[in-house]
Amino acid sequence: MNQTPTSRNFKRNTAGALVNEQLQRALSNVPAGFVDKRARARDKLPEFDALRDQARDIKNHTLAHLDLYYEEYEAKVAASGGHVHWCETADEACKAVVEICKSHSARTVTKGKSMVSEEMNLNAALAEAGVEPVETDLGEYIIQLRGETPSHIIAPAVHLNKDQIEADFRATHTGLPPERNLEEGAALVYEARQILREKFIAADIGITGANMLIAETGTSVIVTNEGNGDLTQSLPKVHIVLATIEKMVPTLEDATTILRLLARSGTGQEFSSYTTFSTGPRREGDPDGPDEYHVVILDNGRTKMLGSDFQEMLRCIRCGACLNHCPVYQAVGGHAYGWVYPGPMGAVLTPSLIGVDEAGHLPNASTFCGRCEEVCPMRIPLPRMMRNWREREFERHLSPATVRSGLSLWAFFAKRPRLYRLATGFAARFLHLWCGGDGKLETLRFAGGWTKHRDFPSPEGRTFMAQWKNRNG
Amino acid sequence: MADPAKRDAILARMRQSLSVGADDEVRRKTVKDRIKAHKPNLVPARAQLPHKKQVELFREQAEAVQSTVTSVARDDDVPAAVADYLRSQNLPQTVRHGDDPLINKLPWRKKAPTLELNKGIADPQDEVSLSHATVGVAETGTLVLTSGSDNPTTLNFLPENHIVVIKAGEIRGTYEDAWQHLRKRDGERTLPRTVNMVTGPSRTGDIEQRIELGAHGPRRLHIIIIGG
Ligand code: SF4
Repeated sequence: MNQTPTSRNFKRNTAGALVNEQLQRALSNVPAGFVDKRARARDKLPEFDALRDQARDIKNHTLAHLDLYYEEYEAKVAASGGHVHWCETADEACKAVVEICKSHSARTVTKGKSMVSEEMNLNAALAEAGVEPVETDLGEYIIQLRGETPSHIIAPAVHLNKDQIEADFRATHTGLPPERNLEEGAALVYEARQILREKFIAADIGITGANMLIAETGTSVIVTNEGNGDLTQSLPKVHIVLATIEKMVPTLEDATTILRLLARSGTGQEFSSYTTFSTGPRREGDPDGPDEYHVVILDNGRTKMLGSDFQEMLRCIRCGACLNHCPVYQAVGGHAYGWVYPGPMGAVLTPSLIGVDEAGHLPNASTFCGRCEEVCPMRIPLPRMMRNWREREFERHLSPATVRSGLSLWAFFAKRPRLYRLATGFAARFLHLWCGGDGKLETLRFAGGWTKHRDFPSPEGRTFMAQWKNRNG
Repeated sequence: MADPAKRDAILARMRQSLSVGADDEVRRKTVKDRIKAHKPNLVPARAQLPHKKQVELFREQAEAVQSTVTSVARDDDVPAAVADYLRSQNLPQTVRHGDDPLINKLPWRKKAPTLELNKGIADPQDEVSLSHATVGVAETGTLVLTSGSDNPTTLNFLPENHIVVIKAGEIRGTYEDAWQHLRKRDGERTLPRTVNMVTGPSRTGDIEQRIELGAHGPRRLHIIIIGG
């Protein structure tokens, strides 16, 4: 089943996020952690923007011929001894995975980071079938311990601070000496490494996502830094790959062009530590690797996006750059968006996947500052598509009054592009409106704690980032 | 197991959305031709250099991502370089490796008599593994390792310390060069079960976006270039 959305409550979620002190402290790591690093990586590669044009063209071509590339791809997977499972819905995809687990009497599966798995809500389906899913990406492991969902598509635990993680580890890893020192990040990383090592070795099945599928060779690609995805897929007897239909590229060369953009845009690395190309199960004479290789291909509404106004969203490579550079995401984090995909890419994709009734608020989560499109390696016109959703929603009269006034405010600026560009504090004004016009965040009423003895004015006149800087010294 | 009706339904929906038929020969030819040609797209100028410079760039880029690199003049110098490295890091003189012809023929006993060599896939107890990379990519200091009995994939990830040997002649400029090499070696439209592009040791930024090395894979990646 699809993960249950809370996107309808976006407004309330937002207000809560703005007064969540832990969250705000954690989100203050985003500019240095991602934005600055991306800028440096881009500056080091003079061809960066030309590569973006080509990557856009590669994906446009692939999407226009998607049916045929899948035919080519599937034939190659079969020729290398793998299996492709076609699934229309998240339910079907969960069932396909559970069936494979059952056929191997699997007790535990290790998992590499996969947003598709989140979209499917696979962990719940596995648990229901009596299979223990173990997230092995450090960020995913942490949020699994906490019973949370990822708040970022490449940094699932970006909403947490070290002291919270330390508390979680102490509460969960009870077999370890309580007096151990976990102050340094390195100590936490080491502890997780030791704990998960046993899980890797014990797992019956390994499940990973796929950053790309390659038609030329029938290959799936994962891009990681930790090496957990590789242990996940090379130690157990069975490797299951989860992918949605837009992951296809024609050739190894096309994959390469996109890889040159992916890490630079996301983490600001020139290349991630591990880029792994997997083709079928282990070959004759191979001493390690899985005996079985399964690829679960999930549609979940995407074929309907093909040929529509939102087709371009299917170029997305999930790099996370649009989240990192979005003033709204930087201010409220990912959970406020209420479903799997946050930030600008989520604001466009979520209504397509779970419907505008559920997610109609999300396209309003934009100041239309245009930074997302500026940094998107795949040149996806995110603001234009958010606008498109907004107009549709408006026409459907789903908008509550505040959204309509937000829309007219936006329309005012949109018709005056020079003014629009000048409106540097637009995010602040947008959120001010969003949170109610009386100058006080309505959540004050139930926020309690640290806001009790001080007024928390909704932003006026200055941008959020300026406020943050001031507040955090 | 895979259900052909579902496959057909999804492919049919793709065609319907794209307003195309299944029998369009022009589209089909376009796709076949593109795969067959596998033309490189724009290749950055950075690594389009004379070979000697590529080797230098490889080294620089590898060191920039926290790999350590040493060069030795000849194959026969590798055993001592491995033993020296282990000593310098206070690691046991025990190494796991696969059935790689280059590694097999090195004069281990003569040049590094204290070193214990174990052959096979990685064991969870192994602290150090040794692999021979198929290609080095100068562009980002990336090692391309391919699966097989010569260099089992688990050696690249399970031990905490990974030593990789590569001949200077195996270092090339770009990823495209690596694909061309593999096509020449194994044929068109095929890859080994696993191709690992490894760029520096394992790392994570998941705790407050600060980089820590040695998340799940090797904490140390040491590269020995022969003849570089
Ligand atoms: S929309 Fe663009 S920037 Fe955002 S995640 Fe997708 S590819 Fe990256």
